[in-house]
Amino acid sequence: MPLTKRIIPCLDIKNGKVVKGTAFVNLKDMGDPVELACRYTQEGADELVLLDITATLEDRKAFLPLIRNVAKNVTIPFTVGGGINCIEDAYLLLCAGADKISVNSAAVNDPGLITELAKRFGSQCVVLAIDAKWKDDSYQVYINGGKKATSINVLEWAGQGEDKGAGEMLLTSIDQDGARNGFALSLIKEVSKKVNVPVIASGGAGKAEHFAEVLADGYADAALAAGIFHVGLVDIKELKNYLNNINIHVRI
Amino acid sequence: MKVVVIEYNAGNTCSVAFALNRLGIDPVISSDVDEILSADKLILPGVGSAGSAMQYLKDKSLDKVIRDIKNPLLGICLGMQLLCNYSEEDDTACLGLFDTKVKKMQKGRVPHIGWNQVYDLKGPLFDKISEGRYMYFVHSYSVQVNSFAAAVSDHIETFSAAIQKNNFYGVQFHPEKSGDDGLALLNNFISL
Repeated sequence: MPLTKRIIPCLDIKNGKVVKGTAFVNLKDMGDPVELACRYTQEGADELVLLDITATLEDRKAFLPLIRNVAKNVTIPFTVGGGINCIEDAYLLLCAGADKISVNSAAVNDPGLITELAKRFGSQCVVLAIDAKWKDDSYQVYINGGKKATSINVLEWAGQGEDKGAGEMLLTSIDQDGARNGFALSLIKEVSKKVNVPVIASGGAGKAEHFAEVLADGYADAALAAGIFHVGLVDIKELKNYLNNINIHVRI
Repeated sequence: MKVVVIEYNAGNTCSVAFALNRLGIDPVISSDVDEILSADKLILPGVGSAGSAMQYLKDKSLDKVIRDIKNPLLGICLGMQLLCNYSEEDDTACLGLFDTKVKKMQKGRVPHIGWNQVYDLKGPLFDKISEGRYMYFVHSYSVQVNSFAAAVSDHIETFSAAIQKNNFYGVQFHPEKSGDDGLALLNNFISL
């Protein structure tokens, strides 16, 4: 049997609470991170992603103990991202119990960071998060939580990220984020073809069929969603049973 | 019982400790030689790259100490790879407890990340764990199937998911992150 496809709930965390918006704005409170992490573990999530989207240094201090608390309580792996700028940031998160770390804006500003992290912790530990937006007839990389355009081509950046040592791509379509009308399939397919590391598709999940589309051969190795799991629109257990029934190999 | 999780400056000792806590064990996390020598069970966890991890073990003179351990020792992921002769990662001479090489995975998407099934389970680590259960893997290098294999898994090519020789045990997956089956394996190790 091949490696299973992964279903990954994402927890955007601000001031100690899980929040969720649309196209990266209009944030709403979705509850306690540890409670949600435990709920998703029990429902059969394969991994979790926790993103620190707090803006101030003061709030960031509270993030490490929160990560430690999640690690104490869940028995599945999780990736942590948001505000990781150096080896020390990553080391503290890994020591707190994170399994992988994801870098986004800091890697765009200094691609050498990817290599430094991969050398120290191994490529398998380094996730390159790319926020993509369709602009001027191509997908371009956006940073700073989707607020700042870079004019970097997504495909080129994904290839460069892999060369620098990233072990996985977390690819988010800003256009699709929160819209619940399906993943950005052409974007996912192109990046998946471009790189040999696993690709996690993010942005746009609204129903089980969307996961089936994006986890088909040639597309993503894992699919990430947030809001639809938080509000109970899609149940992870039912989703995995559905995928299993249509011969998409998942862990049941 | 004293369980020591060997610390080597590459992270994830906490995850192993938290998993042991769930089994009612409060491990010592240390790179101190006396602590290691007084342990009933040892775990060499694994996040990092082979070169920097071996360098750290050598700097602390832990390479010699680990080779002479007589009590059960479990290497996890990179920790398992370090027990072998050599790793292609950073062209690294490892501890040499298993006469086999660690090679970069060539087929499929690499790193091999996610839940995969384990088969051909042998030995006490897999007591009461069924064939075909899922464990969580995250690695780019692997040990091919050999006479030490205690479990195998497939990522287009078959590789050793676990190895065992005398008191030395290694698992390529992360039992501390593999749900209830992973905990069962850790419990089996603690019960040796």
